This record gives sequence, structure tokens and C-alpha cells, in this order.
Amino acid sequence: MARFTGKKAKETPGLNMGSMSDIIFMLLFFFMVITTMRESSLYVKIQVPQGTETSKLEKKSLVSYVNIGVPMDQFQSKYGKEPRIQLNDMIADVSDIAQWVEMERTDRSPADRPYITTAIKADMAVKMGLVSDIKQELRQAGAFRIFYNARKGERK
Amino acid sequence: MGKRKTPGLNTSSMADISFLLLTFFLLTSSINTDQGIARRLPPLLPPNEDKPEVRERNIFIVKINSKDRLLFNGEIGDVRNLKDRAKEFLGNPQNKETLPEKEDVYIEEFHATYPVSRGIISLQNDRGTSYDMYIQVQNELTAAINEMRNELAKEKFGKGYADIKNKQRDAIDKAIPIAISEAEPKNVGGN
Repeated sequence: MARFTGKKAKETPGLNMGSMSDIIFMLLFFFMVITTMRESSLYVKIQVPQGTETSKLEKKSLVSYVNIGVPMDQFQSKYGKEPRIQLNDMIADVSDIAQWVEMERTDRSPADRPYITTAIKADMAVKMGLVSDIKQELRQAGAFRIFYNARKGERK
Repeated sequence: MGKRKTPGLNTSSMADISFLLLTFFLLTSSINTDQGIARRLPPLLPPNEDKPEVRERNIFIVKINSKDRLLFNGEIGDVRNLKDRAKEFLGNPQNKETLPEKEDVYIEEFHATYPVSRGIISLQNDRGTSYDMYIQVQNELTAAINEMRNELAKEKFGKGYADIKNKQRDAIDKAIPIAISEAEPKNVGGN
């Protein structure tokens, strides 16, 4: 009977870690598929307005972002406290927009160029004067497809 | 000679490597999709060309001043009434004399003509208008158009606007266009 009561039989077997990597890989692929790469970091504070009729922005690779807002606290000494425009990862002026649109256009393949959308991501408190100036610049540059970023929310 | 056994690959660090990859992707990516309102800007008018003449009954003027107050065709209005006003204006269900004319357009998907409204909503804002108010107004106007499109889709195809085919959706878009015109920016007063 010593065969059954021996010390060896009581030892708990170690966990099999062989399939762990498969599980993690599956998680990895899941996240790679559902997420998009984060864009350049923001220098301006933005709280977008709320709307009930928002739709999704399609084809993210064809979107250029114009961010408008007051510079964040740590950049205020450099850029001031007035709302500024951020194009990609630099603070810019209204007059820089035409050149930026041209740059964004040359980055895309000719077949995609008519479908480039400019997303205007502006803070709620920004005045329309600045936004209108930007829209005029975009019209002049021929970037007619625009998109106003907004949060989806209930009717107030 | 005895059969030599090939040693198995040690895969225990595989999990660590893929964990690293996973955390990298988690940090560098974002899930949130952008939501918002899509619009098309009009091309610039040639400088020596006059603006096209629009009859008074075909235009509904929405003005926003620098205090975020609204004016509908010269009367003080509220953003909560804007959707119904816009629907009444664009739909003109009783064919009133004071509301826009309609033009019969043959639409293939309907196998019939549809009276397309000639009405244009003209949106004018001051340089001091807040972006929040502007988006609220745009949102209400979009709501009016979306509701009308949805109703027409239900009437013609028996399904909501979101559930119909792309071709049918194009037909609906043709019957109820987004007729919002934005004036050239200027100060409309009210400082």
C-alpha cells in the first residue's frame, strides 16, 4: 500500500502555461483591430460641444484635424491665453492653414484626395470669429468637406 | 545509434513578449471614434459675380448674435423651437403661399415625381457667437432634416432611413437635400 500513500502522489501539479501566449496573442489582435493609433498629443484644452444628431467619422486615414482651444496651462507662457489653432503637432496661425492643407493633400494618394475631410475640433467657448476665419481659409484652399466634432448626448 | 530526441522550444517567455506587445498597443492607440456633424463648404464665389437671387418666401433666415440670441426671419426665437420651425419651412405640408415653392423632380427609386422644396435656410452668425451655440443650431437643423428624411423613408420604403439601401438613401437625399447656406462672415451686431 505504500505505493498509494507515498509522498510523491500528494504533490500538486504545476499550471500549464503553454496556452497563455495564445490567449494574450488573441487579446493583442483584438485590440489591434478595434483601436486606431493615437494622434499627436494636444497642446490646447478642448471640450467639444454636445449634439443629438452626431454621426460617426468614417475613414480615419483621410481625416486631418484642426484643433482649436486655449493652450494648456503648461504652454500658456509660450502661446498665451487666447484660443489658438493646433495643426498636427504645432501651434499655428490662420494664415498657415492653406499651406497645411496642401501638405496634407500631397501626403495622400491622388485617388483619395477628393475625399479628405477636415475635422474641426473646437472648444465650446471658442468664438465663431476664429472658426469662420478658418472656414474661409479652407474654402480658399479647396478643402470643402468638413466635420464638426461633437459629443453625442441627450437633448437638453 | 540511439534516436536523438530534439529538445522542445521553451515557450514560457512567449507570454511575456506578447504581454509587452499588448501593453504597447494599449498605450499607443485609442478606441474612441469621433462623433460629429458633417458639412460641405460652398466654393468661393467669383468676385465679379452677383449672388443668385432668392425669393423671399424661399428663404428662412436664422441669425445668431454675439450674446447667443436667435432671430428667425426677424423675430426673436428660441433654439428649442428651431427644429419644428425648420421642418415646417422645408416641408410646407399645407402648400402655403408664404412658405417655399416646390419643384417636381422625377426620382427613379420612387417611380414618380416628388415635390422638392426650393427653400434654403440661411444661417448667419456674428464673430462673437460662441461655437457651442453654433453647433446647437446646426444640430437642430440637422435634426429637422434627419426627421424629415426618416419620415419619407418610412412612407416610400417602409423602413427607417438608417435601414434602407444606399441607392434608396441617395434618392431620399435628393428629395430632401441639406439646404443650409451660410452667409459670408460678418458682424450682425448686438455687441
